[in-house]
Amino acid sequence: YLPFISPSASMHLMSSELFTLTYGALVTQLCKDYENDEDVNKQLDKMGYNIGVRLIEDFLARSNVGRCHDFRETADVIAKVAFKMYLGITPSITNWSPAGDEFSLILENNPLVDFVELPDNHSSLIYSNLLCGVLRGALEMVQMAVDVKFVQDTLKGDGVTEIRMKFVRRIEDNLPAGEE
Amino acid sequence: GMTRPEMADETLFLLLHNEMVSGLYRAAEHGEGENGRCITKLENMGFRVGQGLIERFTKDTARFKDELDIMKFICKDFWTTVFKKQIDNLRTNHQGIYVLQDNKFRLLTQMSTGKQYLEYAPKYLAFTCGLIRGGLSNLGIKSIVTAEVSAMPACKFQVMIQKM
Repeated sequence: YLPFISPSASMHLMSSELFTLTYGALVTQLCKDYENDEDVNKQLDKMGYNIGVRLIEDFLARSNVGRCHDFRETADVIAKVAFKMYLGITPSITNWSPAGDEFSLILENNPLVDFVELPDNHSSLIYSNLLCGVLRGALEMVQMAVDVKFVQDTLKGDGVTEIRMKFVRRIEDNLPAGEE
Repeated sequence: GMTRPEMADETLFLLLHNEMVSGLYRAAEHGEGENGRCITKLENMGFRVGQGLIERFTKDTARFKDELDIMKFICKDFWTTVFKKQIDNLRTNHQGIYVLQDNKFRLLTQMSTGKQYLEYAPKYLAFTCGLIRGGLSNLGIKSIVTAEVSAMPACKFQVMIQKM
């Protein structure tokens, strides 16, 4: 029970939790609809992709970032601008591959999982998998095909949450993204 | 319109909501998951979220002097938190029925205003009906909430208080 807070402070609290609570309700519903965790993970990724292809427009309009010249710049923009803007956190960037085509985002805390505990029978669930789809969809719209996956997850007992991003190839066509 | 930094989280919620609607119906079309209960699922998700939002807030319902006071809270603070604007008009028959009118409902403003889209509008209202019902539930009020759209993007939410 929270002590009574001023109306404006409590409104701010509620606002920042709206997305997190809605996301939690979605995952719960998907776990009811699909029998196995793999299918839930796929659905989250697909939905994330559809969100990402639309989110990028909003991001580019708000942030005024110019074209990124390489994957390192892209990483910086994702961590320092995009994550900050939409989730209020700034992951750190580490573990660059020698070729410069792969890096990790380390999230000390993941706002999506506040107050969330994975029940025992969902050990394969990648709770925040929507984020992978969002990143993949958004980057596809700026001509980058990437692989995105969680390699560490605080929900599974790891110390941090780590997202691994790999540049696959440049997309030359400017075809509009389909729905997945 | 102008994009302010503090509206970024609103965009994220809007996109998530719309994708939840699309995703559920898409899955139902492909025979995945349970069939034909999309509206119910959306309403139930909204209910959980409405409960969760109020839970973080004070449970000190003594700050509300009566049922009308609670409904005003829903129309002002609650609606502003979720939709960044207040309800435009609240009417009641003082016998447990309230009609909340939003003339520019955020979850409908991105849809075309053509009449042919009216049939899709209920899908975009179900979550919010649940949101209101869930919020009221955690404030000690049991209700049934329905919604209707007559002209996009305006809509009305009807709240019927149930005696416990």
